[in-house]
Amino acid sequence: MDYMRNFPCISIILCLFAGIISSGLRGKAAMWVNTLLLVVNTVLSACTLTYTLTLNEPFVYVMGKFPAPWGNEIRAGVLESLMAFFFCVIMLLSMLGGKHKLADEVEEGKTYLYYVLTDLLLSSLLALIYTNDMFTAYVFVEINTIAACGLIMIRQNGRTIEAAVRYMIMSLLGSGMLLLGLCMLYDLTGHLLMSNMKESVAMIVADGSYEIPLIVAIVLMSVGLCIKSALFPFHAWLPDAYGYSTASSAAMLSSLVSKGYIFLLIKIIYRVIGFNVYHDTRIIDVLFLFGVMGMIFGSLSAIKENDVRRMIAYSSVAQIGYIYMGFGMGTQAGMIASVFHILSHAATKSLLFIAAIGLTDVSGGSRKFIELTGSGYRNKWAGVTFTVGALSMVGVPLFSGFISKLLFAQAAVQNHTKMLPALIVLGISTILNAIYFMKTVIRIYTPVGDAAYTSVTYKDIQSCAVVLVAFIVLNVILGISSQPVVDMIQQGLATFA
Amino acid sequence: MGPNLFINYGEAVAMLLFGIGFGNLLLQSNLIKKIIGLNIMDTAIYLFLAEKGYIARRIAPIIVDGIQDMDHYINPIPSGLVLTGIVVSVSVSALMLSLTIRLYKRYHTLDLDQISKQLKKEGL
Repeated sequence: MDYMRNFPCISIILCLFAGIISSGLRGKAAMWVNTLLLVVNTVLSACTLTYTLTLNEPFVYVMGKFPAPWGNEIRAGVLESLMAFFFCVIMLLSMLGGKHKLADEVEEGKTYLYYVLTDLLLSSLLALIYTNDMFTAYVFVEINTIAACGLIMIRQNGRTIEAAVRYMIMSLLGSGMLLLGLCMLYDLTGHLLMSNMKESVAMIVADGSYEIPLIVAIVLMSVGLCIKSALFPFHAWLPDAYGYSTASSAAMLSSLVSKGYIFLLIKIIYRVIGFNVYHDTRIIDVLFLFGVMGMIFGSLSAIKENDVRRMIAYSSVAQIGYIYMGFGMGTQAGMIASVFHILSHAATKSLLFIAAIGLTDVSGGSRKFIELTGSGYRNKWAGVTFTVGALSMVGVPLFSGFISKLLFAQAAVQNHTKMLPALIVLGISTILNAIYFMKTVIRIYTPVGDAAYTSVTYKDIQSCAVVLVAFIVLNVILGISSQPVVDMIQQGLATFA
Repeated sequence: MGPNLFINYGEAVAMLLFGIGFGNLLLQSNLIKKIIGLNIMDTAIYLFLAEKGYIARRIAPIIVDGIQDMDHYINPIPSGLVLTGIVVSVSVSALMLSLTIRLYKRYHTLDLDQISKQLKKEGL
């Protein structure tokens, strides 16, 4: 079983090589390479997950045989491999779900570039999850940004290029701050490996020296990653970027790219700074405040929106707010809720984007609500899937969204000072979610008299229907048998430090 | 604070430059000026790293005269980080410039606010 220690490294390198090979292939071949890569990576990360579960503790893979304080390391525990497995599954489903649209959305002869970018995106996500070295993390953050920018602008119209520019500007501000914070922390600790950094930080804190530089470094890194993951006041680029890019891009950007940065922040909190030190800096109160504001303002913007895809994009802002609110609780329970919400939101949001494409396709390609009337009857598969996603987002039992809301509420009760604001905002946000998602569901199931648009049958959308069913199954699994997943997260976080 | 600031004047300048670059990248509406801001910001971080990595009267750790004593050389890692950072920032600048060219060809302006206005007019 020990050969499984190589799997994390192999999966990252496979992605990089697949990207290089695909750049010399034609569209169709690149697509097969990409699908194969995603399947192989799903299997590899599933193997890593079972291996770490039997191992009961994380393992460290030394790159290039240089021992700890000098070399570069990969570290895989239960939490890391669970994330990697989930990201691979969701990416696979998103790519398959948007495949049939790609020919219309991407310029002829350039589809292979789309697959190259997807391969690189996966490699950077996996590296962000597994790496134990801060500077490697920074480099892969930048690779992630570039790949994501490419995925936005590959559909060439004015809107996407402008959205890509805005996305790049915000991302670069964020990564500049991350890099500066990282350099400061390196100067303070003298290490780049996360575990060594943590030891030095603990010594600095016990010493009482360098108090202000340490806080500055922590603030810079946290704010940088918050900007990159589109926390509330920094979300201006998000609706355009998610709303006008290709179907698969929107699904992947909303469910994976921002989650990669959030996972890096979790790693920094637990593995670099140390949870207690981070908690004592009070920056978590700021995260809590902005998370709570994001939950409300994101939902309000979504209610005002008249475009279904932009509405789902604004809903992402609210959901990112939930995750940061969980951080802000400052308890283990809050963190578990946040990590579960990362998974549940990733599964639901990609489902919603893929289903929304199915609905707009049978409405003459228009995304305005008025045109969507009755589209649930014209494309029954997408209609049902969208309804499932909407119910999950609102937090109806049976679906994954309910469990994450329950976990957030439980975490809130344990924290006396933040209990009241957290529960009130959770309630308001649920009502707001219900308003705009139920509005959409009612709209798509309102019958129209004259058949202006043709309906589709199972035969027309065979492959897409299979993906939609898989998404529903994933959501229901997360909703019904959430306990094993929560246990894994708990075990992972316990061995994370 | 006072004497420390004077001794570490290199770092202080680096922070000042970082602020200038950051402000330009955030607030300028001209895309080229934004990219210049980006480069100033990145370069400020490299200055900071180089300033931190250099120890007075020591040389780069390349052994030519057989001295293997550690006290003779500086720490090479910050320099390595600077090199990696430069590669990253070059690729990002290239991407930003190519996006700017695309936007200029389409809208004949470099002003991001005006481009947004034109997009609203198009009603896409």
